[in-house]
Amino acid sequence: MTDWTRKTAAELADALAAGETTSVELTRAHLDRIGRVDGAVHAFLHVDADGALEQARAADERRAEGRPASPLDGVPIAVKDVLATRGLPTTCGSRILEGWVPPYDATVVARLRDAGLPILGKTNMDEFAMGSSTEHSAYGPTHNPWDLTRIPGGSGGGSAAAVAAYEAPLAIGTDTGGSIRQPGAVTGTVGVKPTYGGVSRYGLVALANSLDQAGPVTRTVLDAALLHEVIGGHDPLDSTSVDQPVGNLVEAVKQGSTGDLSGLRVGVITEMSGEGWQAGVLARFQDSLDLLTKAGAEVVEVSCPTFVHALATYYLILPAEASSNLARFDAMRYGLRVLPDGVPDPSAEEVMRATRDAGFGPEVKRRIILGTYALSSGYYDAYYGQAQKVRTLVSRDFAGAFEQVDVLVSPTAPTTAFPIGEKVDDPLAMYLNDLATIPANLAGVPGISVPNGLADEDGLPSGLQVLAPALADDRVYRVGAALEALLAQQWGGPLLDRAPELEETR
Amino acid sequence: MTATLLSFEEALERFDPAMGLEVHVELNTASKMFCGCSTEFGAEPNTQVCPTCLGLPGSMPVVNAKAVESAIRIGLALNCEIAEWCRFARKNYFYPDMPKNFQTSQYDEPICFDGWTEVEVDGETHRIGIERAHMEEDTGKSLHVGTSGRIHGADYSLVDYNRAGIPLIEIVTRPIKGTREKAPLVARAYVAHLRELILALGVSDARMEQGSMRCDVNLSLAPAGSGGLGTRTETKNVNSLRSVERAARYEISRQAAILDVGDKVLQETRHWHEDTGITTSGREKSDAEDYRYFPEPDLVPVAPDPAWVAELRAGLPEPPRERRARLQQEWGFSDLEMRDTVGAGALTLVEQTIAAGAAPQAARKWWLSELARRANEQGVELSDLPITPEQVARIQAMVDEGRVNDKLARQVFDGVLAGEGDPDEVVSSRGLAVVSDEGALGEAVDRAIADNPDVAQKIRDGKVAAAGALIGAVMKQMRGQADAGRVRELILEKLG
Repeated sequence: MTDWTRKTAAELADALAAGETTSVELTRAHLDRIGRVDGAVHAFLHVDADGALEQARAADERRAEGRPASPLDGVPIAVKDVLATRGLPTTCGSRILEGWVPPYDATVVARLRDAGLPILGKTNMDEFAMGSSTEHSAYGPTHNPWDLTRIPGGSGGGSAAAVAAYEAPLAIGTDTGGSIRQPGAVTGTVGVKPTYGGVSRYGLVALANSLDQAGPVTRTVLDAALLHEVIGGHDPLDSTSVDQPVGNLVEAVKQGSTGDLSGLRVGVITEMSGEGWQAGVLARFQDSLDLLTKAGAEVVEVSCPTFVHALATYYLILPAEASSNLARFDAMRYGLRVLPDGVPDPSAEEVMRATRDAGFGPEVKRRIILGTYALSSGYYDAYYGQAQKVRTLVSRDFAGAFEQVDVLVSPTAPTTAFPIGEKVDDPLAMYLNDLATIPANLAGVPGISVPNGLADEDGLPSGLQVLAPALADDRVYRVGAALEALLAQQWGGPLLDRAPELEETR
Repeated sequence: MTATLLSFEEALERFDPAMGLEVHVELNTASKMFCGCSTEFGAEPNTQVCPTCLGLPGSMPVVNAKAVESAIRIGLALNCEIAEWCRFARKNYFYPDMPKNFQTSQYDEPICFDGWTEVEVDGETHRIGIERAHMEEDTGKSLHVGTSGRIHGADYSLVDYNRAGIPLIEIVTRPIKGTREKAPLVARAYVAHLRELILALGVSDARMEQGSMRCDVNLSLAPAGSGGLGTRTETKNVNSLRSVERAARYEISRQAAILDVGDKVLQETRHWHEDTGITTSGREKSDAEDYRYFPEPDLVPVAPDPAWVAELRAGLPEPPRERRARLQQEWGFSDLEMRDTVGAGALTLVEQTIAAGAAPQAARKWWLSELARRANEQGVELSDLPITPEQVARIQAMVDEGRVNDKLARQVFDGVLAGEGDPDEVVSSRGLAVVSDEGALGEAVDRAIADNPDVAQKIRDGKVAAAGALIGAVMKQMRGQADAGRVRELILEKLG
C-alpha cells in the first residue's frame, strides 16, 4: 500500500489527477500521521480533522465532475497559526488570543480554500512570531524531527516540522526576519520568503508590517513554486501588495532542474561568514558553491558592508512596529480577559494591564518595551529614525550587489539546530540565528532556503539561502531547483530520506 | 468648584489673547476611511463594522479615495498647499473605544498645509492662517451607563464601533493673535465660516450638535503688548457656534484671573459645559503624553496626481463670501436681511426656493419666520425640517394665485410637515382652498351683519375700522377659507 505521506505535493496532485487516490484518502493519511507522531513533534496547535475531511470530500466531488479548482485541488496543507482562519482558532502562539476564532479568512487562507487545499490544522510558532526556535510558544515547544531534543527553528518551527515529519506535504509560513527560511534550513526542508508585497498580508496577524511576508514551506522546490502560484498575486485588501502577476515560478523550477546554470552570476556575501559560523555549515556552503560552479554559474565574492548593521536595525524597526500592533490586545473585544487580583470593581485600564501581564510571554514583553522606547519622543530620531536610514543603506547594498550578480547566496543560518533550552535565556544569542536572513526582509527581496547537506560535527541539516532582486522570485526558484537536482543526483535522493524514522504511537 | 474670574474687560486691559482652533469635520463619504463599512448615522450599535474597523488581528486598512478627494477640496478651499506625497501615521494611545489602540492619522506630513482664509467681524476682515488639514479616522463611541452619565461613577460602559473609522478631516489654524476683545467673535465667525465652506463643498453635513463638526478651542494669554505667547489650554467638546464664543470668553476671564495673581496657567485639556457655561479641568496635557507617532506601515504613501488636484481646484464652488455678495445683489436684500438669512442657515434653502419660482422676499419670509419658528420649537436645523424648497415655492405660488391666503398657507405647511404629502395634496385632503363662491360669501356676510347689529350700525355711521369684527365673524363661519380682502369689500358694499 502506498504511503501517501511520503509523496511530494506535486506527486499527490498527479495521483489525484490520474484517479489513483482521493483527497479523502490523502487527507486521512496525513491526519493519521499527525495522530501518530505529533505527540512527540508537537507541530500542531489545532488539528481540524472534520473540516479537512469535509474539504477533501468537496475536492473529490470536483475531481469526479472533471472540474478541479486548481492543480493542487485536494492536496492537504497546514497553516501557521498567525493567519486568520474563519471558524478555526488562531492564537499566534499566545495566551492572549486563547479561544479566539476569527470571523474571517486571511487572503492566503481564502486562496487555499478557493484552490481546494484541505486545511489540516494550525501550526505552532513562537509567540507572535517572535523567536528563532518555537520555544517562545505559550503552548510548548515544537521538536525537530531530526532530533527531538533540538529546536525546529522559528518562528515557524511548527510548519517546518510538520512538513519534515510528513504530517503535511505543504505548509504556510511567515517570514519577518527568517521565520520561513531558518526553520527550513534546520529541518532539511524548503522555505521561500517571496518579494515583499508578493503575497497578501491581509489576515496575517502583523508582527512587523513592513517586514512580514507569508510564503511556502515544503519538501521540494517544485512544491514551493506550485504553492506560491496559488497564494501569490495582487490583493486589493492589502495596500502594500504588488499589483503584478506572480510570474511563472513552476516554469523557473523546470528550467533549474536541468541542472544547467550557464551564464548565471552568483555572489557570495563577504560579510556572511567568519566568527559565529559553524564549521560544518560553512563546509556544506562551500560544497554548494562548487556544485553551482560545476553547473556553469560564475561565483564571485560581493561585499555588502551595511549588512553587519542589519541585525541592530531590525531589532529597532521590528519592536517599534510590534509594540504598536500588539496594543490592540487589551481584553476589550476578543481573546483573553484577566481581572486583577484583589481589585474590586476594576477599571478598563486595570483589566487591560492585568490581561497583558498574564497574556504576553517574556519575549513579547521585551520587544514591546524595546519598541515603545525606540518610538518615544526624544529617542525616535536616534533609534527608529536612524534604523530607517540604515535600512535604506541595506537596500542600496543589495541594489549595488545585484548590478554585479544575478543572485546572492549564503548559508541560511549560522548553525544547525541547537538543543531545546540552550539559548532561551539568552536573547542576543537567539537573535544571531537570523543574521543571514534579516537583510532580505529589510530590503523586501525574495529568498529561498534549500537543504544542502548535513554538518559533519552533528549530522544535522544545513541550508543554502539564495536571494534575488525584488520581483525576481523566479530566480531563487531556478537556482534552488538546480541545486536541489544536483544534490539529489549526488545523494541518490532527497536529504530528508536520511532523517531518522520517528517512533509512531497509536 | 468654580474658578475665580476676571471680568472680560479687565482681562483684556492686562492681557492679549491668542487662539488656535482645531476643527474636526466628519466627511459624508458613503464608506469609512479604511474599509467598506457604511457611515450612515443612527444605525443599531455595532452593525456597521468589519474586521478592519474593529481592528481585528490581521486586518488591514485601505485608503478611501473619496475621502482623499474631500480632504484635498477642503484644503484648496482654504488656500492650502496640497502635498505631492504624504503618509498616514499611527498615533498610539490606549482607550477602549479605539479598536487598535492607535489612531491612523497624519503627523508631520499632512495632505494640506500652509493655507489661509478670511472672516468678517463687524465689518472688519480677519485673516486666519491655516497650518494644516489632515486626514484621520474617528474612534468608536463610549456610552457610560449609570447615574453620572460620565466615566467616573458609571456602573458599566458600552462601546459602539459604528463610528470607528469614519473619515475625519482635522483643520488646524495658526495662532490667531491681535484680535483683542474681538477674539471670541472671531473664533465664532471662523467656525461659522468654515461650516459654510464645508457645506458649500458638500463634503460633510457639518452638524455641530450631532458631532459631525467638532471644535477644540486652544487659548492662551500673554501680557498686553508683549507680543508673546502664554501657556495654552485646549478646551474640548465645544459643539455650537455660540459655545465657541462663550468658551473663548470664559477662558480669557479664567486665565486672566490666574495670571493676574501671579499664578501659572496649567497646560491641560479642559471640558466645556454647555449648561453652566464654564470649562473644567480634563486630563493634564504635558510632555508625559507621548503618542509615539510613526508612519503607518500598512499603507502606501498618498501621492495625488497634480492633474487631478488641478481638476479639483477648477471644480471648487464659489467661495461663500463672493456667493453671499452676489446673491444679496440679485435678491435686493438689505444687509440686515442678508445677515439674518445667513445666520439662520437659510441661504441655500432660500436660494433653492427662489430657483423654484418664489419671489426673494416671499422665500425669505417663509424660511425665516414660519419655518424658523417650527425648527426652533423642534430643536432642529432648518434643513432638517421635512419640507423642500420646491414645496415652499409651491405654497407661495398658491398664495400668489389667490388659492390660499396666508392663514391657510400655514395650515398647508402644517400638513406638509406632518407628512401628509405635497402642498397640492394637503390643500385637497384638508379642503383648504379659499372660498370664492360669491353666493356663499354673501350669505355669510349677511348673517354676520344680522348677528352683530351694533357693529353694523357703527360701520354705517362711517366707522370703517369696525369692519374687522365683522370680517372675523365671516372668517369664523367660513373656517378661515375666505379671502379676507374680498370679505371686507362685500361688507363695505352692503353697509356703504
